[in-house]
Amino acid sequence: MTAVRFSKDHEWVRCDGDVAVIGITDYAQSQLGDVVYVELPEIGRQVEQGGEAAIVESVKAASDVYAPVSGEVVEINDALAADPAKVNADPMGEGWFIKLRLADPHQLDGLMDEAAYQRFVEEQP
Amino acid sequence: MPAQETEPLKRTPLYPLHLALGARMVAFAGYQMPVQYPTGILAEHLHTRAAAGLFDVSHMGQLRIEGADPAAALETLVPGDISGLGTARMRYTLLLNEAGGILDDLMVTRLPDSLFVVVNAATQDADLAHLAGHLGPAVKISRLDERALLALQGPMAAAVLERLAGGVVRLPFMSAAEIVLDGQHCLVTRSGYTGEDGFEISLPAAGARAIAELLLAEPEVAPVGLGARDSLRLEAGLCLYGHDIDATTTPVEADLAWTIGKRRRETGGFPGAAIIQQQLAHGTARKRVGLRPDERAPARDGTAILDRAGATSGRVTSGGFAPSLGAPVAMGYVDAVHAVAGTPLALSVRGTARPAQVVSLPFVPHRYYRPDPRPLPFPGNGESGAGPARRAGGAGDAEARAR
Repeated sequence: MTAVRFSKDHEWVRCDGDVAVIGITDYAQSQLGDVVYVELPEIGRQVEQGGEAAIVESVKAASDVYAPVSGEVVEINDALAADPAKVNADPMGEGWFIKLRLADPHQLDGLMDEAAYQRFVEEQP
Repeated sequence: MPAQETEPLKRTPLYPLHLALGARMVAFAGYQMPVQYPTGILAEHLHTRAAAGLFDVSHMGQLRIEGADPAAALETLVPGDISGLGTARMRYTLLLNEAGGILDDLMVTRLPDSLFVVVNAATQDADLAHLAGHLGPAVKISRLDERALLALQGPMAAAVLERLAGGVVRLPFMSAAEIVLDGQHCLVTRSGYTGEDGFEISLPAAGARAIAELLLAEPEVAPVGLGARDSLRLEAGLCLYGHDIDATTTPVEADLAWTIGKRRRETGGFPGAAIIQQQLAHGTARKRVGLRPDERAPARDGTAILDRAGATSGRVTSGGFAPSLGAPVAMGYVDAVHAVAGTPLALSVRGTARPAQVVSLPFVPHRYYRPDPRPLPFPGNGESGAGPARRAGGAGDAEARAR
């Protein structure tokens, strides 16, 4: 288990061996508002760092969720289909989106740690 | 860059109150407006359906039209029966271009000596120029810039307002009264844009914050932003100008033919009348309908509507999640052959054809306040005489505005 890393697109990634759990941050969910629908990729799909990995929809609008690292989708959070509000209630826990088998662990080094991400959020308009 | 991007955003008189309430402010039609308060769109939406929501709609344009016969003058630009409106009665109508396209949708209230008109924020400058350019010097049009506009909407709105201004509880849907709130003279109409019973209150800008706070102090009332205003009107099947209706859609295509009075259908005399009369008689190639996706994925404005064979039938003009239904809904234009409730269609959401069905509007039933059935128009009871009955709009008056 490694520390959580964060992207500038407000996704988080937490690694367990070569599997990365990915979701959106508390800041992201608060900006989106009530999540009413989440569209997740098929298992087996290859996603690229910075590429579209999922869609999250609030009452008002749909937003892309970008993969903070590259890899193969090995698991998706099926519970979000029935209860997308988990993304608001527990964004870094039960509201996770996908698990990826990491293509390149070094990509994690380019992401922010929690302290850096907090500073990044505070700089947002 | 376009000049409008450098123009500062305007603020309504309630701007400081929105900030104090913790609203998230967004730019809308040139104004800084609250899109939501800390409780969020879902909670604000459901609160309005269950109790009462207070909306700041001061960005909308409020106009007065005065003159010898302002109703007859306005009828040259709209297809609604304005001359047939009794005093203190109001009607939803449409400003049309020569092709019968919709330039704006508006609410017109007949006052003893003038018409009180509420138009969309984004179109108010164009509306004013259009009215001034076409109505001539016999009428005087003034913009009521010194007035704010509040909407109090929901099943408990009448009980709340009655506490502060006795008598409003008996005001019928689509009618107006002058009331005094906190010492200020207000024009209240029983109308709205949510499908619920409720009121819109036109009031002096200087007194707006105090009156809004007075209403918010009532236990049933919570502030509601533009986000929930949009989801509420969508559930109610009401049009949003610039999305569901615009200069390229006619009232008949938009399923707003109910706004065209019987006399107006027969005698015309409004822009695009020949085209609209032809459409009323023979139908249109496309029609606005409601759509219910079978699955949970919302279909937003612009989504292609397909028939089950995959051919394009039309386009979504408003779409999203309906909090009261816990499911997505959409409105859009489809080929007339598909504009029948129950027709299976599909919505192309991010390239995937998602099954959907045409349904009748509204998605959530309207709950307007209608007193007991009106008395028969016996001679002498005030409803008789020449001219149309006050509520002769039939199904039309059952609808509220769209804007």
